[in-house]
Amino acid sequence: MLFSIVSLVLMTADHRTHYLDVVRGQLLMVIYPLQLAVDLPIKAASWVAESISFRKTLVRENEGLRRDRLLLSARLAKFADLEAENNRLRGLLDSSVKIADRVLIAEVLAVDLDPFSRRLVINKGTGDGVVVGQSLIDSNGIMGQVVSAGPVSSNALLITDPSHALPVQLNRNGLRTVAVGTGSLSLLSLSHIPNNSDVRIGDLVVTSGLGGRFPSGYPVGRVVSIERDRSQAFAQVMIKPSAHLERNREVLLVWSSSEAEVVQSAMPNRGAPKW
Amino acid sequence: MERRHGGWAITVSVVVALILTTLPIPDWAALWRPSWVALVVVYWCMAVPERFGLVLGWLLGLILDVQSGTLLGQHALGMCVMAFITLAIHQRVRVLPLWQQGVSVFGLVFIYNTLTLWVNGVQGKPVEAVAYWSVPFMSMVLWPWIYIILRDVRRRFRVY
Repeated sequence: MLFSIVSLVLMTADHRTHYLDVVRGQLLMVIYPLQLAVDLPIKAASWVAESISFRKTLVRENEGLRRDRLLLSARLAKFADLEAENNRLRGLLDSSVKIADRVLIAEVLAVDLDPFSRRLVINKGTGDGVVVGQSLIDSNGIMGQVVSAGPVSSNALLITDPSHALPVQLNRNGLRTVAVGTGSLSLLSLSHIPNNSDVRIGDLVVTSGLGGRFPSGYPVGRVVSIERDRSQAFAQVMIKPSAHLERNREVLLVWSSSEAEVVQSAMPNRGAPKW
Repeated sequence: MERRHGGWAITVSVVVALILTTLPIPDWAALWRPSWVALVVVYWCMAVPERFGLVLGWLLGLILDVQSGTLLGQHALGMCVMAFITLAIHQRVRVLPLWQQGVSVFGLVFIYNTLTLWVNGVQGKPVEAVAYWSVPFMSMVLWPWIYIILRDVRRRFRVY
């Protein structure tokens, strides 16, 4: 009886307030060895596969990567030039200059969590400067955000979770909306889009940066279906996330500019590569 | 201290159950994963009720909450209610043949699972209806094996 009441109080406290975040963080530390134990065989398998692969394949892969790198660095050089120009123009317009985001590579542990929500465990925690609310991306787009951070590991909520909403805009015309998770792996829905608005299939959706939680301008997905029903107030627009949500082994943690300043002033000697 | 024997065997079984709970399995099978921790808790509550009870069940539930990222206390609530009922009926259930024990386990895990899912419902998370039945069903099907394995463990390492 007593324990039931304690559980109810705990649940309420956890749901409504943030007092228990510290407790949860510490308990995550206790769980971490277990998660590592689960992850170990999978990691070992990929290590074995890597170490017995043929020299020829490795050489070919290496060549491919080299080519990609050359291509990307050439493109990056161009981007650096464009960024400088952009900053200069923004300076002329007296608008705020976008500060570069700081990133850190984290590894996803292969563990299953609650089957009713879409979550991930990553192997970076508050010790690496991770904070709750930080966003998670891969090379193709936004993946989610950190919801609880322990000392060495943290849990992240994916954008497809039904309780997740993400402020976005259409890249083509800047139409602002909110992308809500559906619980299915490969679909998000855009809410409150009027029937007569200018949305087309294939439109790129990017983060708008409103709300200050996600950095702006990262791709979220592409519009795959639009249903305009005259009897409904809003059109039903579905987008397919561009990030590989459940196939990644490595993800990037992003500190958007305001957070990055706080973190960098707090830990001056732990600089991750600045982009 | 003579009565406390083989505590580490209990610990190991619990750790194995926690590992099985997070072992990655394909998406379609996720709803059919039996509740390993609940099975282990039921077994030890029946086998050594004077050692394993509400407190340990509740703490395990709390660990499960942290592990699966649910609200703190969600699994703990179901777990301690389930442990309480198990303690109340353990003398009647442990003399039954295995399949009838399985049916009782179905009931126990059903209570635990339903309480947990209700909390999800209260939070407004969508819950697939099949989950109310699939988890207790799989737990019932697996109970005879769990029982035999854990009984052998208990005899081998003389846990009492």
